Amino acid sequence: MISADIQTVMPEIILAVYAMLALFAAVYTTKDKMAPLLTWLTSGLFVVLAFWISGGHGTVTAFDGMYNNDGFSRFAKVLILLSAAAVLLMSEGYMQRRGLLRFEYPILVALSVVGMMVMVSAGDLMALYMGLELQSLALYVVASLRRDSLKSTEAGLKYFLLGALSSGLLLYGASLTYGFAGTTLFSGIMASTADGVSLGMLFGVVFMLAGFAFKISAAPFHMWTPDVYEGSPTPVTAFFATAPKVAAMALFARVVHDAFGGIVSEWQQIVAFLAVISMFLGAIAAIGQRDIKRLMAYSSIAHMGFALMGLAAGTVFGVQAMLIYMAIYVTMNVGTFAFILSMEKDGRPVTDIRSLKSLSKKQPLRALVLLIMMFSLAGVPPMLGFFGKFYVLRAAFDAGLGWLAIAGVVASVIGAFYYLRIVYYVYFGEDTDGLNGKMPKVLWFFAVATSAIVLLAWVPGINLFGIETAAEAAAQTLVN
Amino acid sequence: MGNLLSLTTFIPLLGAAILAVFLRGNDKAAQKNAKWVAIATTVATFIVSLFILAGFDPANTGFQFVEERPWLLGMNYKMGVDGISVLFVMLTTFLMPLVIASCWNVTDRVKEYMIAFLLLETLMLGVFMALDMVLFYLFFEAGLIPMFLIIGIWGGANRIYASFKFFLYTFLGSVLMLVAIVAMFFQAGTTDIPTLMTFNFASEDFSVLGIHIVGGMQTMLWLAFFASFAVKMPMWPVHTWLPDAHVQAPTAGSVVLAAILLKMGGYGFLRFSLPMFPIGSEVLGPLVLWMSAIAIVYTSLVALVQEDMKKLIAYSSVAHMGYVTMGIFAVNQQGIDGAIFQMISHGFISGALFLCVGVIYDRMHTREIDAYGGLVNRMPAYALIFMFFTMANVGLPGTSGFIGEFLVLMGIFQVNTWVAAIATSGVIFSAAYALWLYRRVVMGDLIKESLKTITDMTTRERFIFVPLVVMTLLLGVYPALVLDIIGPSVSALVENYEIATAGLSAVVTH
Repeated sequence: MISADIQTVMPEIILAVYAMLALFAAVYTTKDKMAPLLTWLTSGLFVVLAFWISGGHGTVTAFDGMYNNDGFSRFAKVLILLSAAAVLLMSEGYMQRRGLLRFEYPILVALSVVGMMVMVSAGDLMALYMGLELQSLALYVVASLRRDSLKSTEAGLKYFLLGALSSGLLLYGASLTYGFAGTTLFSGIMASTADGVSLGMLFGVVFMLAGFAFKISAAPFHMWTPDVYEGSPTPVTAFFATAPKVAAMALFARVVHDAFGGIVSEWQQIVAFLAVISMFLGAIAAIGQRDIKRLMAYSSIAHMGFALMGLAAGTVFGVQAMLIYMAIYVTMNVGTFAFILSMEKDGRPVTDIRSLKSLSKKQPLRALVLLIMMFSLAGVPPMLGFFGKFYVLRAAFDAGLGWLAIAGVVASVIGAFYYLRIVYYVYFGEDTDGLNGKMPKVLWFFAVATSAIVLLAWVPGINLFGIETAAEAAAQTLVN
Repeated sequence: MGNLLSLTTFIPLLGAAILAVFLRGNDKAAQKNAKWVAIATTVATFIVSLFILAGFDPANTGFQFVEERPWLLGMNYKMGVDGISVLFVMLTTFLMPLVIASCWNVTDRVKEYMIAFLLLETLMLGVFMALDMVLFYLFFEAGLIPMFLIIGIWGGANRIYASFKFFLYTFLGSVLMLVAIVAMFFQAGTTDIPTLMTFNFASEDFSVLGIHIVGGMQTMLWLAFFASFAVKMPMWPVHTWLPDAHVQAPTAGSVVLAAILLKMGGYGFLRFSLPMFPIGSEVLGPLVLWMSAIAIVYTSLVALVQEDMKKLIAYSSVAHMGYVTMGIFAVNQQGIDGAIFQMISHGFISGALFLCVGVIYDRMHTREIDAYGGLVNRMPAYALIFMFFTMANVGLPGTSGFIGEFLVLMGIFQVNTWVAAIATSGVIFSAAYALWLYRRVVMGDLIKESLKTITDMTTRERFIFVPLVVMTLLLGVYPALVLDIIGPSVSALVENYEIATAGLSAVVTH
């Protein structure tokens, strides 16, 4: 019995043990000199695990239902592992040049990925909380990786304080839920809501949703995002924008469907509210931003709003749309951050968007990458971003949330303005001494690869690389 | 030739890819090469598209050359043409070589300029051929990207404002259409255009926020599509982006915008609004007729006071598009025939007029009407060409402009005499502004010092106008060339519309 359970959590165990071994190896040998090797090893391991996990099938529960290995968790894990691997590879060069590449960095990332994997597989409030905290603690540390920088320290501290607050909300909600359901198992909670939901349980749901909203940075719980994005070293920002978002969103979906799937109408309005506020706040607040990292923070808030729109549908198709949206979102963000990581002037990193002026004259291909990413983020077809929007709009409409769909497209028009403004700087701007310096090879690879994916995914025959059926299978295991 | 349509659509894309990948450098020779590759590509596209026209059977009112491939979400990548769309395809492929030839003097980022136009051609062709709503939307919307860049990079002094206004205006219109597409997908379970054209969308009245909506869902969907196409057309009062975009766009950009991009709106009405939402069209059609009548008179008057040549022609375009919407929503054979004819003819005429402005702009670098006068003294050939297209714009019998307007007026007279009367007065206004423009620019004594050395058109410029003159005259004296092709499809459209709205004629009070 126990051996079967262990078999089920093998990927997590391997990753955790690897992280410990790497820590020992680095501490007792060459310390930071080992960091590049560890970075490559870690991302290699991520890719291997992703392939291994993607080969799995069927639904297995372990530890008496505390842990699920099903299609949904596999989809989310593959996405998390691949995006974490991409971001690690992209960050190596940047951190090396700025003297930030400490051996703890890949190890902390590996540990946070373990946490994320536990999160998306959780079948119990305890497992959920354990995964969430493992992820968060590792992230607090990497946010303040640049120890001598005031902003980085501020980012870490802010992230920690607000993260702790959100964990508190979540725990409070979880304890209420436990109190009224009498169990922490999702299946047990589901059973206890079969004949109606009590007021206390409802409070529990609301608090837990608030906690999740913090983690995915949905408005009105988004306040930490711009500061943390801006203050953290850029590779860390890139990481924040990808894997943890997927994990938190998957956890959100897991809880509302696995634990509260019987009371969809109770949380649907809350999720729809979060979605609409996030979309508009992300679109409007980004207009005044001059710092591209802050801009991406608001952009991610708006995108989380769209993903929540899929979730608000409360249907299989809604979860499918949300998963596709997250996969597309991650792809676009990897591409955009590959560009942002390469933004430098005289060897120093810059994040002011005015430094992009007339880039298209000096480096047309690099400018083109940014053009593709911006139009994709804005949701203009035929770029990939449009299809994400199309899926979630359809999901919302099918579930009778037509008003949400209309609000979403109006917000996307407002949001298009600031993406266009970046294109404006890059293509229409006057000649100034903007960015200089070449783009490193690794970044080129990711920028070009993601651009190609974003640009060509719609072509008949490629059909979004078959992600549609994969996401559908994943969604079906979650909603029943 | 099972995929002739896709071939035609994607040849320009191939040309753009060749330019992007193989062309290096930015010296004179490279620029020349870029232009030649673009010309060769557009001419090749035109030649291939001739096969479509040759193989097209006008008697068949269904879709022809249909190709279909599985796509996402159970949708299909589906292309096809019928009598309504085939001529728009031909218009596009015919005009693009001329557009490319007209930008021979551009020296700023030539390679990118050519790529932008080739991309735009692919997307425009895709719009007219797509038989899947989402595919249509994809092409329709993607066209904004190259046009945004064309205005923003190669435009005039106030180009940033114009490009943003262009993009956001049209984007807002089309996202509402996207929601409607999603709603239709939900109701009908398919995005296949031929299927949807025969699908009966719910039309029971309902109330939203206390407002009683006659025609129910159909009216709502109709409105969402209307938001997109009315902006694109553009119809009064959402036309204000067009004068800005036209004035700031480079000459070739203006030509494409006026001659082809505006037609997407009219095409959309014919492909979606009328066949899919007949009830909605019946309920709100009278409103469109009045809006068109206002547009014709109002924008003609506005055109009279313009000091910028391009702005004047832009307002004249809005007025001419008023005839188009009027003809479409008259929903009878003459009206729709006239509307399509007017769109094709306007493609040649307005394109030519913008090219005319481009000719003197290239020499003097100003579009102020006051900066010119007496050009006939030094530019006789130019005066002749400009005269010809001014007359065509006014709708002189013998030119294609006359046929379109006449058919539309004939169609609308049967439906609403008052609107017809108002619209007819617009013909007089158009004569007023067009002839006055001509007088101020071309006639009179050549007294301005700066114009004393202006030269007449070069051989290249003359050659560009030849095909346009030929087509304008040919369609003017032998309109059957167009009407024979569109006739059967239009009569099928009108017939279906009448069947669908037969029971509704009593309820039109709003």
